Amino acid sequence: MKKTFIFSLMLFVIFLVLPVVINHPYYRHVLIMMMIWATLGVAWNILGGFTGQVSFGHAAFFGVGAYTAGLGNVHLGLSPWWGMLFGPIFAALIALPIGALTFRLRGPYFALGTLALGEIFYIVFSNWKSFTKGAQGILIMPQFTDKLPYYYLALGMLITAIVISFLTVHSKAGYYMVAIREDQDSAEALGISTARYKMLALLLSAFITGMAGAFYMNYVNFIDPAIVFSLSDVSVMIILVVMMGGVATIFGPVVGAAVYIGLNELLRAQLGSANALVFGILVVFIILFMPNGLVGEILMRFRKNVQGKKRGEVSGTFGS
Amino acid sequence: MLEFLQALIWGILLGGMYALIAIGMTLIMGVMKIINLAHGALVMVGMYITYVLNIRFGLDPYIGLFIAMFALFLLGAFIQLLLINRLIDVDAILPENQVLLTVGIMVVLTETMRLLFHSDYRSVQTSYASWNIRIGDISLSVPMTIGFFVALIFVVLLHLFLKHTHFGRMIRATAEDRVAAQYMGIPPKIVTVVTFGLGSALAAAGGALLLPIFYLWPDIGHLFTAKAFIITILGGLGSIVGAFFGGLLIGVFESLGATYVSMGYKDIFGLIVFLLVLLFLPGGLKSLRIPVLRRER
Repeated sequence: MKKTFIFSLMLFVIFLVLPVVINHPYYRHVLIMMMIWATLGVAWNILGGFTGQVSFGHAAFFGVGAYTAGLGNVHLGLSPWWGMLFGPIFAALIALPIGALTFRLRGPYFALGTLALGEIFYIVFSNWKSFTKGAQGILIMPQFTDKLPYYYLALGMLITAIVISFLTVHSKAGYYMVAIREDQDSAEALGISTARYKMLALLLSAFITGMAGAFYMNYVNFIDPAIVFSLSDVSVMIILVVMMGGVATIFGPVVGAAVYIGLNELLRAQLGSANALVFGILVVFIILFMPNGLVGEILMRFRKNVQGKKRGEVSGTFGS
Repeated sequence: MLEFLQALIWGILLGGMYALIAIGMTLIMGVMKIINLAHGALVMVGMYITYVLNIRFGLDPYIGLFIAMFALFLLGAFIQLLLINRLIDVDAILPENQVLLTVGIMVVLTETMRLLFHSDYRSVQTSYASWNIRIGDISLSVPMTIGFFVALIFVVLLHLFLKHTHFGRMIRATAEDRVAAQYMGIPPKIVTVVTFGLGSALAAAGGALLLPIFYLWPDIGHLFTAKAFIITILGGLGSIVGAFFGGLLIGVFESLGATYVSMGYKDIFGLIVFLLVLLFLPGGLKSLRIPVLRRER
């Protein structure tokens, strides 16, 4: 426990001083994108990783967060930063009916139900032109010209997400969530209100995803439904980030996001139009050979080593 | 009234071709119990093969269809043999990583096609593309009518194959209970490989039949994946007949929605039907059969 804390603190300090060392705007941009995706991954992981409810519709929460920030600015003249407060709230609000509908379903059916809901949001936001401006998208004025404030805001957002995730997972509710993932019927039989804890996981997840969406609006300054409600570029990529990093680990999504954005940028620079193809091949290989993600596999090896050593000691004492 | 009838018939014709794609998916989902998000990409690859055969060798899409089906059978069997079968032994926290594998396959297929053909919209030029048959005041597009009847033939053939051949029975047994089937001496590896191949071949057939009607670009796969899912769930998982009627229903819904509500919202009807079916009729259309008929199973 103490080790984890010191490790986290060190990581925090490194990230705090990193932009001082890296002052090229492009690299700062890459770091900010990594942190946005890490936040999304951490959010998805609460619901998908720990509670075991694999959602294919997280783009809905991301998009609603982003559109809250953007539309507040367009229709009400609010500063888009208010979106950082209202975006998560609206995302959590729409999560209530979504959860009420989809939590009746299990396993692959839940995945398909959320997928359909995510697509419904995409279609509605593309066609409700009077309110959302449709495919034309929303353009706002950038608040800062420098990348540095965005960097620290993104860092703050990511830390908030990690702290929420950590506190949830290590609370009683977190253990209930893992129990639901492992066997929902047994959890129910033990007196865990599965509906309530699944909903709690969804609300937290949607809240953080909405926050990331609002930040994305503020940072990129332009959104349209095809960007923020995309099934293949948002919903599925969030899952991929978590899967690559490590399902049901605290720092897995952060590593996954670093690898995803890093690879994407690297491949785009090196290979041009073939980057998505190479990325797809990598995904296939990662899933085949590292089913629990980078962090997950390392943790597993580490645990096996520790167990092996302990066993070794025992047999050693027997021998002597 | 005439408008309604016209929309209804177009919906049924289009739905027949959707149904063929969905039947490929329902076959794969029924036997392997996995969500195959690469299904639309397989349709897209089948369309491109037919397209290339038409452009390079002047082969009519309805003949190119058979070559595309054969090629996709091999591709599907290869995917199952080398990728998905491997994953069954892998130990992971979430069983959904199979779904992600199919996402990876989808990305690879889509991007390969993008690399080869770029993102341009393409279409085949056939002499009969704009022909219409008129019956009274209703006009039927020739490629849609041909597509519908060819799809119907494939559905009947598949149904006969599954019901009355030895291998078809093996596939159905594996779908019903994989472990029990294995105890009866049915090799699950071969069955799954052939099933995935068959499903992919049907996807290619559906794609090739739609080619004279649709524009073709690498991302068209998403559209078909979504439709195939809706139809599969609507029809009831693993049910061929259910998927066929589900396809017709979705075609009609879309056609009526596009006629009477709006073009932009037409896809939303399918999704809403999908959610309602998931929630209130989890067995799909197949659970609606009258009990007397159910016994023959």
